[in-house]
Amino acid sequence: MHEMGIVLHMVDTLEETAKDNDLTRIGKVTLSVGEVSGIMTDLFTDCFDYFKVRHPVLRDASLVLETIPAVTWCDSCKKTYETVRFGRTCPYCGSGETWLLRGNECVIKEIEAE
Amino acid sequence: MKIIQVGASITASNDRDADLIRAKMKKEKTLLVNLMSAPGSGKTTFLSRLIKDMPDLKIGVMEADIESAVDAERIEALGAKAIQVHTSGMCHMDAGMTGTALKAIADGEHLDLIFLENVGNLICPAEYDTGAGLNIMILSVPEGDDKPLKYPLMFLKSDALIVSKIDALPYFTFDLDACRRRADDLNPGMPVFPVSAKKGDGMAAFEDWLRSKLAAWTADEGEADHA
Repeated sequence: MHEMGIVLHMVDTLEETAKDNDLTRIGKVTLSVGEVSGIMTDLFTDCFDYFKVRHPVLRDASLVLETIPAVTWCDSCKKTYETVRFGRTCPYCGSGETWLLRGNECVIKEIEAE
Repeated sequence: MKIIQVGASITASNDRDADLIRAKMKKEKTLLVNLMSAPGSGKTTFLSRLIKDMPDLKIGVMEADIESAVDAERIEALGAKAIQVHTSGMCHMDAGMTGTALKAIADGEHLDLIFLENVGNLICPAEYDTGAGLNIMILSVPEGDDKPLKYPLMFLKSDALIVSKIDALPYFTFDLDACRRRADDLNPGMPVFPVSAKKGDGMAAFEDWLRSKLAAWTADEGEADHA
């Protein structure tokens, strides 16, 4: 399952962050998740709940997922548009010369910890 | 409670492991090739032909599957070095798993090429950097020429596209030009190699390309391209 692999990597990164900053308990973990990153947020949270009890520093952690809207840039008419609504084709000029500006990210934004 | 700004990609630990593998392979002058495709596209048949066609190269194959060892047995029967990796239900190989498999396949003997035959899946393997120096995808004729439209990420991440089973073209409505165009829209300039691993058609062009990539990888200077 795809989300499981991503959660395993995130847990590694969180444990390293805890070690580097002498943290004993991580509370809230805020993630920025792009609209087209392909992550199913419900499954992701379930996987995290499964793994967190196996890591003392994460035992009380909770996830907050913030969605980053996906925006595409059109190279032909130099405008931006909503990716999810219009896909790869520019709704203004019909060009396919378009690039995803943001919305594919999956970043650990910040953590609350002690 | 204090707030710590992390700002790390969620797969930061994987990306770092992947870079370590690439550096190690570069030093050992072994090119690790990540081979990705849907199940049944002919990855193992393609590798079997490659091994027969390039007897001067030492080739190792790491077969990643959820279950069984049938693929590794097929490769070993050709005299190449093969190991079977079980992903325990995971839908892709990540850098950590690749690193473990590389330790298992290396026993002091130098290999020129190591193929990682990734789990048959057009989605998840594209999202994980395995540490390979070259990413190659296979699309077989029966799958259809519309796959670049449906699974764009894999076409974006690949350094070359192999269209396999072209001996079956007369029996399927597969438009090779449309497929090339769609792949090129996603990844401009990516080479496309139509092949029949069964009959051998088109294999020489791919093998020449692969040899040039291997030469660039093992050259003493400069950073090889692994974008």
